[in-house]
Amino acid sequence: MRNNLDIKLAFGVMALLLVMIGFLQSWGVALAILNLCLISAVMSMGVNIQWGYSGLINFGVMGFLAIGGFATIIVSVPPVTEAWSAGGFGIILSGLILFILIAGIFYVHRKWQSKYKNYLLFFLVISVIPIMKLVAGPSISAIESIDAATSGFLGGFDLPIILSWFVGAFFAAIIAFVIGKVCLGLRSDYLAISTLLISGIVVSYVKHEEWLTRGVKNVTGLKRPAPFEVDLQNSDWFVNFIEYLFKGRLSKITDFEEKVILLNDLVMTSSSIFVKLCFSLIFSIVVITLLVFSEKALRSPWGRMMRAIRDNEDAAKAMGKDVVKRHLHIFMIGSAIIGFSGAMLVTYDGLFTPASYQPLRYTFIIWVMVLLGGTGNNYGAIIGAFVVWFIWIESAPFALFVINTLMSGIDNTNQLKMHLIDSIPYFRYLMMGLGLLVVMRYRPKGLLPEKIIKN
Amino acid sequence: MDFLNAIVLLTNYIIVPALTYGSQLALGAIGVTIIYGVLRFANFAYGDLMAFATMVVILTTWYLQSLGITLGFLPTALLALPIGIIATIILSLFFDKTVFKYYRDKKSEPVILIVVSIGVMFILNAIVRIIIGPGDVIFMDGARFIMKAGEFKKMTGLNEGIALKSTQVITFITTIITCAILFYFLNKTKTGKSMRAYSNNEDLALLSGIDPTKIIIYTWVIVSILATIAGSLYGLDKSFKPLSYWNNLLPIFAATIVGGIGNPLGAFYGGFVIAFTEIGLTYAYKKFLVYLLPEQLEPSSLVQYISTDYKFAISFAILVVVLIYRPNGIFKGKVI
Amino acid sequence: MYFSAKNLTGGYGGVNIIEECSFEVNQGEIVSILGPNGAGKSTAMKAMLGILDLKAGEVILDGKNITKLKTQERIKSGISFVPQTNNIFTELTVQENLEMGAFLTDGDISARIKEMYDLFPIMNEKQDQLAGELSGGQRQQVALARALMTNPKVLMLDEPTAGVSPVVMDEIFEHILNIKKQNIAVLMVEQNARQALDISDRGYILVTGRNAYEGSGDYLLNDDEIRKSFLGG
Repeated sequence: MRNNLDIKLAFGVMALLLVMIGFLQSWGVALAILNLCLISAVMSMGVNIQWGYSGLINFGVMGFLAIGGFATIIVSVPPVTEAWSAGGFGIILSGLILFILIAGIFYVHRKWQSKYKNYLLFFLVISVIPIMKLVAGPSISAIESIDAATSGFLGGFDLPIILSWFVGAFFAAIIAFVIGKVCLGLRSDYLAISTLLISGIVVSYVKHEEWLTRGVKNVTGLKRPAPFEVDLQNSDWFVNFIEYLFKGRLSKITDFEEKVILLNDLVMTSSSIFVKLCFSLIFSIVVITLLVFSEKALRSPWGRMMRAIRDNEDAAKAMGKDVVKRHLHIFMIGSAIIGFSGAMLVTYDGLFTPASYQPLRYTFIIWVMVLLGGTGNNYGAIIGAFVVWFIWIESAPFALFVINTLMSGIDNTNQLKMHLIDSIPYFRYLMMGLGLLVVMRYRPKGLLPEKIIKN
Repeated sequence: MDFLNAIVLLTNYIIVPALTYGSQLALGAIGVTIIYGVLRFANFAYGDLMAFATMVVILTTWYLQSLGITLGFLPTALLALPIGIIATIILSLFFDKTVFKYYRDKKSEPVILIVVSIGVMFILNAIVRIIIGPGDVIFMDGARFIMKAGEFKKMTGLNEGIALKSTQVITFITTIITCAILFYFLNKTKTGKSMRAYSNNEDLALLSGIDPTKIIIYTWVIVSILATIAGSLYGLDKSFKPLSYWNNLLPIFAATIVGGIGNPLGAFYGGFVIAFTEIGLTYAYKKFLVYLLPEQLEPSSLVQYISTDYKFAISFAILVVVLIYRPNGIFKGKVI
Repeated sequence: MYFSAKNLTGGYGGVNIIEECSFEVNQGEIVSILGPNGAGKSTAMKAMLGILDLKAGEVILDGKNITKLKTQERIKSGISFVPQTNNIFTELTVQENLEMGAFLTDGDISARIKEMYDLFPIMNEKQDQLAGELSGGQRQQVALARALMTNPKVLMLDEPTAGVSPVVMDEIFEHILNIKKQNIAVLMVEQNARQALDISDRGYILVTGRNAYEGSGDYLLNDDEIRKSFLGG
């Protein structure tokens, strides 16, 4: 029962800290931390499935997140009709040609018998890029030239954005399948390096293929599964609701004008909190569903087999388990979850900014969450996500506090002090690194270690 | 004449830049491969180690410049290298003692060491950005060019010119000298041979009386020297920006694996393989073909295989081909 | 006795693999440690080298107690060891393997290397070849030569003939006899008991981690009971 106590304690502390922030800073900040923590929890559960359940190193987290983000565009943005009429046909045609080429490559790979097979394959693979450039090039420039400042891309299917979360997961799983086919037989360190490179490629793709994603020009004003603040502020029921909620405070004010101002103020702040709460609710549903499924899976015969493979690959092989195939499955599942969370993140932000995907921030921080929380423990992944986010957000004020205390006698115009204060954003990386090293050394199994499941 | 112009064009836009870039990758890859050979893990903190080393060199350069000391037509940074090397050695040994040694003694799996090196990477990254800031720093001084394109044109009467930046020549020459010394050390001296022996067969090395502590110190010393030189050359040639060192780590890893992980000579060649393919495939050959082909056949497009935005893709493609067909690298791995 | 181990007791974890084992070997003598699989032969050798922590017992070299010394210090004091597997530097040339053998020797080692080439003529022509490219028998010679480079007083061999053909086995034993002539104390663990005893001056037979029998090679070879139980009739 000790383990359960640990979990309760950890989650209790987490809730307490959030409430403290709510009272001390603001409820908006507290909910923002909670929401990002929930999204990160999904990410780290994805990584945890790969690393914790079967010891696969996936340093391509950033790439899968970007794929998920890309899915939000494809699914939810309304189609740009002029772009479609300008280049849609060419794009569909080149998509078809790409499909035929890939099918051809697979056909040659599977069926062809010749000593020149490898050369032919090599040639085919190489030729894909120039062919695609040739057929898609004109359409792409046609699309990109349409209203370049505000659009210049194809847009999407104008569907509800929640759908994109699943589509993002699906895309990520497909990419993971391809990567897994190529890289999963490799040694662990090769897998790490390969996935890192691939995530770089994925991010360059979403960054530079403007006809598809608008690239560095970003896509803003995405749909939401929750109401927009402005709509809330203008809807009678919400205003009435707030009026009812703060009846006590409002009734104390006698002056009518002041009353209206206060009410307006309250409606403003409450609308943003209300929206955040809606997100929290949806995200919580995702996290809890995922948690239930992961825990179930972990206890199922399948989970047992996965652990057996992780703990002793050779023995599992000897017992006739197809280790590479199992690894492929788990790699796809984990990546799908990461893709899902990538779409969640973009939905929450309301905008897709390909240039913001940096490996440090989107791959390795997630890793810190998993390792800190507890490898192989889903609750740990959630706690890890929370702790890391908490440190991430609060380390800047903390660093400022430390600098100010240590250098309190020094004038504010002092060069060194100013320089240090300018550098505050980087102190969080220092904290992350130190935190990671300390955990790896003194608590290698994380804050909430994996429970030994006795079957 | 057209033929000569075409050749000059290729030299200016492919061969010279690729030799420079290849040198930078080669030095980096040798460092990564030696760490892998002796300490047996892929060090993800290596890019940031290079950034740290370069930072020290830059700060020293600034100090020297403030004293009025320069190297004439050579960049002052060369004079600052020894300080950078010493600082980097101290830092490396510090991290080895406080971080890596523990896992080495415990005989942890390589994956754990990779994760730990990520922690070190975070710390180094933060330190560098806190000290020198995240922006671009140009610390090149001395003569910019050895030969300007215009001078070359005047000299030869050709339409195309070759511009030789002094950093390019310095990079290439320094790399060749450094590698020559390194390979002499590894193959001809007793210490170097003992490092290779330790990398090849740790247990037998112990039975032969080779002292592992010393080997590990030598390794960090050599690696720090390489990191400082490679980082400074890269910074001189392009400019110094902390994050660009992290981005360079990926082609460096690719070069390491292509050359056969653990094999310094392979890493040396691997660096040039990656550099030449990357630059060769992202170069637009239109002008080159215009010189060579009759007018009717002149291409209208850029004739560029892939845009420079996809540099990663090239490293990765080479890596995949090598991993599928020659998993031990083109030059057979696991020696140091 | 020049080199002796007395009442060695130890093992991995809590379990003792060897208990009160004792061995002795003099200079210019070949002594074999024999016994069935799992008898603790290799463990006993590791104990004498200091790779295994002992619970009890002592190791004495030339009158000096070396029980407390670490492996590397024992090697410095004149013990050399050839492991059963991975006993050469595959990625180094033959010549470099010898140089690494003499790592602890300061000064000129070319004379010693030449002696090795005289002792193992086949290596002379393969000086600059990578040791990993040699045949099994040749590798074994490189391994022996590497171990001899330090000018050891005691040479320990862990199954020097494991996995080689009978012809090569004879060849290796021939070399071991030559090594003995250099006044070196040779202590070897062997599976090929009969052939080993043929060239040994004395032998020990271990059973479940304890000394079961000991005596001269002839005695062990001719004792009916021993022959039946351990030498295959």
